Amino acid sequence: MSMLNGITYGLLLFMLSSGLTLIFSMMGILNFAHASFYMLGAYFAYQISAWTGFWPGLLVAPLLVGAVGALVERHGLRRAHRFGHVAELLFTFGLAFLVEEVVHLVWGKVAVDYRIPLELDGTLFSLFETDFPIYKGFMMLVSVGMLLALYALLTRTRIGLIIQAALTKPEMVEALGHNVPRIFMLVFGGGTALAGLAGVIGGNAFVTEPGMAAAVGSIVFVVVVVGGLGSLAGAFIASILIGCIQTFSVALSISITDVFALVGIALPQGSQVARLTITQLAPILPYLLMVAILVFRPRGLMGSRES
Amino acid sequence: MSRAATEILRRRGRLLLWVGCLAVACVLPLLFKSGFLVSLLCQMGIMVVFALSYNMLLGQTGLLSFGHAVYYGLGAFVAMHALNLVGKGGGPLATALLPLAGGVAGLLGGVVLGYVTTKKAGTTFAMISLGIGELVAACALMFPGFFGGEGGVSGNRVVGKEKLLGLTWGPQIEMYGLIVAWAFVAVVAMYALTQTPLGRMANAVRDNPERAEFVGYDTQRVRYLMLILSGFFAGVAGGLTALNYEIVTAETLNAHTSGVVLLMTFVGGIGFFYGPIIGAILITVMQIVIGGLTHAWLLYFGLFFLFMVLAAPGGIASVIAMQRALWQAGLLGRMLPHYLATVIPVLVLLAGLVGLVELAYALLAGEGATAGDEATRVLGMQVHLRSAMPWAAALAVSAAGAAGLYWIGGRMKRAWHETLSTLNGGRA
Repeated sequence: MSMLNGITYGLLLFMLSSGLTLIFSMMGILNFAHASFYMLGAYFAYQISAWTGFWPGLLVAPLLVGAVGALVERHGLRRAHRFGHVAELLFTFGLAFLVEEVVHLVWGKVAVDYRIPLELDGTLFSLFETDFPIYKGFMMLVSVGMLLALYALLTRTRIGLIIQAALTKPEMVEALGHNVPRIFMLVFGGGTALAGLAGVIGGNAFVTEPGMAAAVGSIVFVVVVVGGLGSLAGAFIASILIGCIQTFSVALSISITDVFALVGIALPQGSQVARLTITQLAPILPYLLMVAILVFRPRGLMGSRES
Repeated sequence: MSRAATEILRRRGRLLLWVGCLAVACVLPLLFKSGFLVSLLCQMGIMVVFALSYNMLLGQTGLLSFGHAVYYGLGAFVAMHALNLVGKGGGPLATALLPLAGGVAGLLGGVVLGYVTTKKAGTTFAMISLGIGELVAACALMFPGFFGGEGGVSGNRVVGKEKLLGLTWGPQIEMYGLIVAWAFVAVVAMYALTQTPLGRMANAVRDNPERAEFVGYDTQRVRYLMLILSGFFAGVAGGLTALNYEIVTAETLNAHTSGVVLLMTFVGGIGFFYGPIIGAILITVMQIVIGGLTHAWLLYFGLFFLFMVLAAPGGIASVIAMQRALWQAGLLGRMLPHYLATVIPVLVLLAGLVGLVELAYALLAGEGATAGDEATRVLGMQVHLRSAMPWAAALAVSAAGAAGLYWIGGRMKRAWHETLSTLNGGRA
């Protein structure tokens, strides 16, 4: 059961990290505001579902977020690009800051009541006396469907081939008569739309509040580093891995002492570290994993290049 | 004039500048005897050290860190615990030396964490520093014994009965003296570091790591050393904060603090040694003065930062340097009328935008937002939030400002390009 929850969460993470990875490998930009677009997706969907219901929101909110992303690329990032990578990174950093403030301003500082639609509220099936909600199944369905669509788009269509070509040889693609800046804008818009979609289906499964971008943002970065910068397959494996680690560790209440006892080492009793349970460690486990990866395999699980 | 003579003159000028800054820092609180100003100045002094230590990474070594507050926070916590230890048997001298304990803590933090983070430069470093920052911030909540949990750790900086040269560090003004002394020493030390071979190599590693490696330097080692030293100065700043506020919470080492120091340094200008000093002073003033006036302060701050990234990526220091170059070429007089003319539409535009933001804040986030047509005070004016009048007025003012800026700003741009080409033409 934890496994299924972990995979659901992992798929959600992958929706975020795939957009981030695409944008990174294409433009060399680490989009700091990526999780902010996730948050915007959730808030847009909340607002739209308050007016018209959940289903239009599912469609419109990601498109809106994508449009905002494309505008940001066209009028902000492209300008910052002239001043180099640091300026770009700082621009997205400032943007994340600004989006959080705007969300404070428009929707307030407390969580909004963005709910799962009634028709998806219920139990899909029961396993070992635990219920698996329909909505989790719906989340899996949407993410898998979206991923297949993305895969098909990138490998089977003309525009996908041009994007792939522009990833590696932008000058050549430009010379062949394609408008590379416009492709960049499309990729950025598409990546942010993916983040927006993740926000739409994740916002009501978890909680829609101004802190959600910061909470997810750093985890997504961990995913991208662990998977290897610029590698979609690596991002996929890392997302599922971290999704499972986080879900499992929250469910485990054994302490570090117990873990060491399992392998036959008795820790001195009473120290603060020994009394910590795995559940308490849950928030830092992804970061520990990242540090371990960086020490033992600096280019990440599937990364191909050293940067 | 011979070259050596110019060099001597320049050195003398630099010395004069250092002494002048120190004198201003010492005299300011005596001129205006206000408690508010003294605490503002204290905060500034601390932030100057923190921002400069950050620029050792970003400006000098080209390492964009999103987790610099870790070293600052570690310094603050260790200094606070040391203060509580000293409290049993120490005196004011021991208290005065506590920032050193913070510095050592920051240094050790740099030795441990920097080993992992500085393996890479560029974007990877940025992400790792973010991850490490989150790791430490999460740990801070897991170990309440050391980090004090939600409430933080507090102490009292007045220890023992005896005095040191008549000082106990109790009054804020004495604390300010201590901060100025520490800040001055730290700033001089950091400036001196830029002149050492290590400081020069850091610049080389920033600009062209491949070539630096080819010449025989280990770039990873240079980055590691710079991070350790930068951690030391951040720790000193942290130790000063601990003494100044007598309380340290987990907030000192979280991502928000890391973000603020990055913004300060960047806004000031990372390409110049004095840039972060300007940034730290300016942002601290804005933070405290504007932050006290309006709830929307962070929004203004974010907008200001984005504007700086897009319009002046070299920061305020680079703008100053540019004007200085014009002045030396005798061209500044040509630009001044244009600057002055541009100020007017900018002010109008700002007034309009601030009006809009404040109205929106009052309507959406303010306490009076519950009632339908309640009159609220916005910017000192009594307005009805639900009527069209104030919104239309703010919009009209913004539009007028934008139109004016478009017109006058365009003329300034043209004049600027002309002056610039004269300047460059004169050189060629």
